[in-house]
Amino acid sequence: MPVNAALIGSGNIGTDLMVKALRSAHINPVWMVGIDADSDGLKRAAAAGLKTTDLGVDGLLPHIATDNIQMAFDATSAYVHAENAAKLNAQGVLMIDLTPAAIGPYCVPPVNLAEHVGKQEMNVNMVTCGGQATIPMVAAVSRIQAVDYAEIIATVASKSAGPGTRKNIDEFTRTTAGAVEQIGGAAKGKAIIILNPAEPPLIMRDTIHCLTRETPDEAAITQSVHAMIAEVQKYVPGYRLKNGPVFDGQRVSIFLEVEGLGDYLPNYAGNLDIMTAAALRTGEMFAEQIVDGSLTLQAVSA
Amino acid sequence: MDIKGKSVKLHDMCLRDGMHAKRHQISIEQMVAVATALDGAGVPLIEVTHGDGLGGSSINYGFPMHSDEEYLNAVVPKMKAAGISALLIPGIGTVEHLHMAKDCGVTTIRVATHCTEADVSEQHIAESAKLGLDTVGFLMMAHMVSPEELLEQARLMVAYGSNVIYCTDSAGYMLPDDVSARIGALRAGIDANIEIGFHGHHNMALGIANSLAAIAAGADRIDGSVAGLGAGAGNTPLEILVAVLDRMGVACGVDVFKIMNVAEDIVTPMMDQPIRVDRDSLILGYAGVYSSFLLHAKRAGEKYNVSSSDILVELGRRKTIGGQEDMIEDVALNLRESARAGASQ
Repeated sequence: MPVNAALIGSGNIGTDLMVKALRSAHINPVWMVGIDADSDGLKRAAAAGLKTTDLGVDGLLPHIATDNIQMAFDATSAYVHAENAAKLNAQGVLMIDLTPAAIGPYCVPPVNLAEHVGKQEMNVNMVTCGGQATIPMVAAVSRIQAVDYAEIIATVASKSAGPGTRKNIDEFTRTTAGAVEQIGGAAKGKAIIILNPAEPPLIMRDTIHCLTRETPDEAAITQSVHAMIAEVQKYVPGYRLKNGPVFDGQRVSIFLEVEGLGDYLPNYAGNLDIMTAAALRTGEMFAEQIVDGSLTLQAVSA
Repeated sequence: MDIKGKSVKLHDMCLRDGMHAKRHQISIEQMVAVATALDGAGVPLIEVTHGDGLGGSSINYGFPMHSDEEYLNAVVPKMKAAGISALLIPGIGTVEHLHMAKDCGVTTIRVATHCTEADVSEQHIAESAKLGLDTVGFLMMAHMVSPEELLEQARLMVAYGSNVIYCTDSAGYMLPDDVSARIGALRAGIDANIEIGFHGHHNMALGIANSLAAIAAGADRIDGSVAGLGAGAGNTPLEILVAVLDRMGVACGVDVFKIMNVAEDIVTPMMDQPIRVDRDSLILGYAGVYSSFLLHAKRAGEKYNVSSSDILVELGRRKTIGGQEDMIEDVALNLRESARAGASQ
């Protein structure tokens, strides 16, 4: 029995998430919430049989109880997430936050999804697309040996970065760097994002540099990196190693490409896929818990 | 070309763009010595930051000898008349860095984006303008778009709060007519109270010619670098530009002989390698590749035993833009792989 969910935000991320959620056995997307009646995302949602509103979260609130909405995915922007979360948490709706607002604890599924089990959390944050793509690699190195510093460079096609991402660019670098430390396990983290307008659009590229405290154990790190890539490929099949790991003194560098499934934007937009697939995987884990009774949703007063 | 009677504001780059050519290893003493000498020569505006701007300190771009904060705190109090500017590239630096630079006493913040991505600069330009700083919108790799598209992006930056808009020839690719068309479009399409600037690179040895074209088309600010110390074949050599402007009757307020001395006696002896148009920097200009890639490509070429020129050409083919230094090692590894595959066949 799937859990009913609302998708907040009808932009690139929200729409891609909808396409994936429609395939899910655990999540039933019932509502799509936007602020622009003419948005492509709302039109597609209506065509797919979802209920839609262009009045923002306020347009959804009266229907939470009747439609038994237990989970909401917020793909708006860092600026409006706090308000959305407060309104929905107050009605006992669990929030999966796809903005870099990072009110709740970070979740990067192949690294720490299991840690979110049984915590009764009402808001979890999916970091950023660059974080989802790179933090598993930082963790793959840091689980072998101490990482003093990790730096990630995420390059995405301009066409795949919507207005929310563009307005939130500082939140992207800040939130990603924070999660590189907290979830990736680096003592210090840095994040860089580049939007490249090339035509045809480039497939998302991610570079991860780690500085290990001691001389890197090349064999162990290489094996760990390949194992982690296989984990990510379970939900993002186009997550691929292009080069590396390269070892240069204490530096370990990994060069990745993330190709999407082309659910909404074409295949180049792997940044959408890795975010929406990670969010859906997280949502599905919570949905299973809701269904088996191990997670009881509780209204949180604002 | 008759530009007699015009006046321009010159902005020196050797302590920011020059950081690329120095692998970000300029000492505090050198920073202070150069900035003080430039100030004494009458240069009104001097940029001091990591080559990739505030927050550029990284594996990707290079760790500097000192932090931006240390450089700014050392240089700003020593200035008698010159203002100090800091570069900020959204995606690398953040508004926190901007506040730090403001607290250090910079007069000018230059917010740089790729020429099609101005809308990532809204947070930073708005904040800089709110703080009352001279706020420059700096559109990089401007050869990659038409004058009309550049104007459209410039208008966004003006709307966010910029009081100056730059057409930036990051690859040193533009020919004088390209500059005239872009500066002309900006000047015609933007309110007269907004200044227009041009930042050149000397990869095709057109730094001076392009700067003159910019002035003729209405530019108010011109970037240069004493002795050309900058990425690629360097920036427009400032002492030469000052001498040329003097001969052409353009007022810039910089003393010709004093600036020559700064170039000859202070900056040239600091160079790790001659700043000149060599094969690789000519490729940058010819193929339209970001100038800062030069030394990274040379290093990767040596490390992986592949041609740095081949690396740069491939980066141009991939349509890489400013900031994608991580692709240099990636390309070098691929070139080595194909060389090995070729050798084993």
